[in-house]
Amino acid sequence: MTLHDDSRDTRAGFADIWPIAVAAVPIGLVFGALASAKGLSPLEATLMSLLVFAGGAQFAALEIWTTPAPILLLAFSTLLINARHILMGASLAPKMKTMPLPQRLFGLYFLTDEAWALAERRALTKPISFSYWMAVAILLPGAWVGATAIGAGLGALLGDPKRFGADFAFTALFIALIAAFWKGRSTAIVIVAAGAASAIVYRTIGTPWHVVAGALAGIAAAALAQPSANSAEKNTSHDD
Amino acid sequence: MTIDATVLLAIIVMGAVTYLTRVVGFLLPSTLALSPRAQAAFDAIPPAVLVAVIAPTALATGWRETLAALICVAAAARLPLLGVVGVGVVAIVALRAIG
Repeated sequence: MTLHDDSRDTRAGFADIWPIAVAAVPIGLVFGALASAKGLSPLEATLMSLLVFAGGAQFAALEIWTTPAPILLLAFSTLLINARHILMGASLAPKMKTMPLPQRLFGLYFLTDEAWALAERRALTKPISFSYWMAVAILLPGAWVGATAIGAGLGALLGDPKRFGADFAFTALFIALIAAFWKGRSTAIVIVAAGAASAIVYRTIGTPWHVVAGALAGIAAAALAQPSANSAEKNTSHDD
Repeated sequence: MTIDATVLLAIIVMGAVTYLTRVVGFLLPSTLALSPRAQAAFDAIPPAVLVAVIAPTALATGWRETLAALICVAAAARLPLLGVVGVGVVAIVALRAIG
């Protein structure tokens, strides 16, 4: 890997991630504002964005937040929601073979849905270099932590985030990310199963179980819809 | 600028759990030969998880959120990421203003 390749990979990473980092700003502002409404100090909210750095788990934490903080429940909710990282890491591992272990262990701190989705797309054409990964990885925590601090500081001044539709930015961002995984009928089955199971469990049992129920339902539906190994060999047609 | 000891502990525990999920998969043996069915299940993980996270807002909050989510789906077919977020935010503000 030459210096030239490194800087080209860095530029490619920044080019891929910047729109996502921009989109993370309003979401981080909302997180900060909601955290301060829940009684967290601006320092505490900012620290959470820095140390946890996982939007879905952080919003879920606010939903179940009480004083004093229910540490075990928070840990469990965080584990359920972030368990998906285990599968992302398993999928990325063979595509990051060029990185020494210390670089991987450091780089993985910045693993997010967004950085992962971009890296997987990159891996379709070339291996993921440390330069590319860090370029993709580093802008997002900057935007996320900074926006959290500002949102928490301005929390009271901003008023209800719903007035600006900012609470919906997270949902819109995820819909755009889901669209990137669209592969036709097989994806539709996953979306319907995961959405239905998540919504039903959210209404009946509650947070954070909707994440694990929806994820498992979507994965199970995909497995059931896929012909078994034997019939797949005979039938080589694919979804569009 | 204050920080409560219990809150700090909760944040550190959440951070440690999250980092663990980020590295554990990476350290698993990567030489698994997956059957087509297991591969399909594996491929379904990202959309399934992303849908599961937003389903309460998109499907179980109110008709405005559901309609705005549908507008985002339509926008996602032709707009880049930031465009979808912009359309979604404008849509939800407009729908909440209507009723």
